[in-house]
Amino acid sequence: MPASKAPTSLRRLFDEIGTVDQVGIEERVAKFTTRSLKKKSKVFGLRLAVSMVDLTTLEGKDTPGKVASLCQKALRPHDIGDIPPTAAVCVYPAMVKHAKKHVGGTSVKIASVATAFPSGQAPLKTRLAEVHAAVNDGADEIDMVINRGAFLSGEFGRMQDEIATVVEACGQATLKVILEVSELETYDNIRAASFLAMRVIRPNDFIKTSTGKTSSNATLGNNQVMLEAIRDHFLATGIPIAMKPAGGIRTAKQALHFLIAVKETLGDEWLNNRRYRFGASALLNDLVRQLEKERTGAYQAPWNFSEATEGY
Amino acid sequence: MPKTSSKTNPARELVFGDLWEYDPAPETADPKLKPRYDLFINGSFVPPRSGKYFATINPAHETKIADIALADASDVDAACKAAQKAFTNVWGKMPGKERGKYLYRIARLLQDHAREFAIAETLDGGKPIKESRDFDIPMAAAHFFYHAGWADKLEHLAPGRNVAPHGVVGQVIPWNFPLLMLAWKIAPALAAGNCVVLKPAETTSITALKFGEICQEAGLPNGVVNIVSGAAETGAAVIQHPLTTKVAFTGSTEVGKSIMRSLAGTDKKMTMELGGKAANIVFDDAPLDQAVESIVNGIFFNQGHVCCAGSRLLVQESVADAVLTKLKRRIAVLRVGDPMDKNTDLGAINSREQLAKITDLVKSGVEEGAEKYDNGCKLPAKGFFFRPTIFANVSMSHRIAREEIFGPVLSILTFRTPEEAVEKANNTPYGLSAGVWTDKGSRILKMSTLLKAGVVWANTYNKFDPTSPFGGYKESGFGREGGKQGMLDYLNVG
Repeated sequence: MPASKAPTSLRRLFDEIGTVDQVGIEERVAKFTTRSLKKKSKVFGLRLAVSMVDLTTLEGKDTPGKVASLCQKALRPHDIGDIPPTAAVCVYPAMVKHAKKHVGGTSVKIASVATAFPSGQAPLKTRLAEVHAAVNDGADEIDMVINRGAFLSGEFGRMQDEIATVVEACGQATLKVILEVSELETYDNIRAASFLAMRVIRPNDFIKTSTGKTSSNATLGNNQVMLEAIRDHFLATGIPIAMKPAGGIRTAKQALHFLIAVKETLGDEWLNNRRYRFGASALLNDLVRQLEKERTGAYQAPWNFSEATEGY
Repeated sequence: MPKTSSKTNPARELVFGDLWEYDPAPETADPKLKPRYDLFINGSFVPPRSGKYFATINPAHETKIADIALADASDVDAACKAAQKAFTNVWGKMPGKERGKYLYRIARLLQDHAREFAIAETLDGGKPIKESRDFDIPMAAAHFFYHAGWADKLEHLAPGRNVAPHGVVGQVIPWNFPLLMLAWKIAPALAAGNCVVLKPAETTSITALKFGEICQEAGLPNGVVNIVSGAAETGAAVIQHPLTTKVAFTGSTEVGKSIMRSLAGTDKKMTMELGGKAANIVFDDAPLDQAVESIVNGIFFNQGHVCCAGSRLLVQESVADAVLTKLKRRIAVLRVGDPMDKNTDLGAINSREQLAKITDLVKSGVEEGAEKYDNGCKLPAKGFFFRPTIFANVSMSHRIAREEIFGPVLSILTFRTPEEAVEKANNTPYGLSAGVWTDKGSRILKMSTLLKAGVVWANTYNKFDPTSPFGGYKESGFGREGGKQGMLDYLNVG
């Protein structure tokens, strides 16, 4: 898909899509944190959150063994109870073939970061080669990073063209476009980048907040900016775009706040793991811990869950 | 998308169904209520001389909560005399630094008892627990903290001049923010060195009388604060008592006018905080989602029982449809129901009378030809409830555009130019508050000088702070509460 109509200035884009008031949107999201979830609604939310986790390991020291245990954890997050598997495992391209051995043919998808994650500062050819490699090894989903340099220097057409090329390289694989919100800095920029990305990706492809590799990651504020962008895009075009906040969501309580934002902004059709994901690692154990607490009525000893993701 | 709809695909609607319903999350702590509340006069709770009590009910269930003492003129007289004695013997001569300590102590005690006060407020008044918990009670404590700081700095309010307290101040407050209005009134009065006789609203006396318990716990000298509950006659007795040298009233313009008439010819000082019909103005360059959020916050906060509620929405024509669509979608997820549920956004209407008034005005809106929308949610079988309601295509001559509804009802009007917006916004007997939404800073400054309103919020709405003076123009009253200006209204400047 060519991005021929890409606006040449941010101002013109904002005239079209509108801007975001920082104080106002932070006030809105603060209301999500005062919602009180009890009993069945809490269990429903926690299970839903588990089913939305992209269980992630993105470290230089990742090994086939680490990926194997990550996959086992994704398939069966806890030894007792009927806790559902996570949505996917998320690994570096080199680990895709190892993950394939463990979760291939199951409901757990293999997501791979690609395109010179996390900086994206490699020639386009190299980035595309990485996408092809991951897809050929069996990745179901590709998490790409946008060219922030292009966005910040006003080259929106280039940024969109690159995303469009990655869409082609993905083939059947689902694409997740990482905006890296902390490098875009303002809510206005996040809204603008969301629209630029959404206009060149396919229905049920994702926009995603962060790589998890910078100082600040997913917050309720930038999640809300992106949810509202998705809503406006959907209402205008009928194209549903999915959403993935990533990085910094460590507790079950936080995850529930994010889900409440989804429920009250996009409604029921986004409350599933085809339309909403959490990029997280430590989060899963806290969700399991809270579910076990709801099931048994008491908090279990910490050694029943491994605190560090190293321990999967 | 806000402004252009160049795409040809048919727009689809979002589904806000029952896939994930919130379970009831009721607040269950003990509000520590008494079955019967007496008058708080001269530091202790005393039965009314007439022996008469009236029932206060929970508007969410229409059940009786407690009996409240009905003060008559002789009780008010006793309260005023106690206040005068306390002023002459103790409070008026106490150094400001010492008075400040009492105010700080009251503020801390309100924080200590915050949960029980929040629950009592919600039970008696019908507002959602999350508002009494997160707004009313913390803000009431904040007013005591802020004014405690002024107590020993009064000479800085009017440099080079002498300031002195009035003596006994008579105060009458409304039912929409019972404890908060009490704090707005009592905190500056005490900081300035006055003693107080306060009459709470008939339907919401409990937290005011519980405040009497706080005064006892704080060891406040007897007679400095007196609370006399009752109906309109009790209020009139407070206001007209010869010992009250200053009168502070918050309530309807109608009652305010009759008070002013009754005080004509006396030398009593007055401050009046009366009704409003605020314009919330949205320009086409505004961030629409946040503007919509502020519109919702402006009119549905506290079921619209807010004198500065943004009840007239003025939208620039080019974005009127977009704003209405977004508003309808937003109110679809507002939750109306049991005020004690932590997830309730709109609680109960304060009284049967108020519900009847709202219903009547909404009926007139339909009859006069405005388009009505509400979120169609299910209302509880018992209690006084009203759905969040929006009227589109309202014109300036409609009753719903002119009269204060004091309920969850928004009237939408449109404008084409900034001049027209100002003209329409100011075309009302009221002038309490206004809101402006635009991305253009210079326009905010220009609008704020042209709008005849005591408070103009820019790119937000219903924001309050003890440091910021609040009060009206025209028939919305005079005098200010909060900030330096509010303090000066409780002092004689010589």
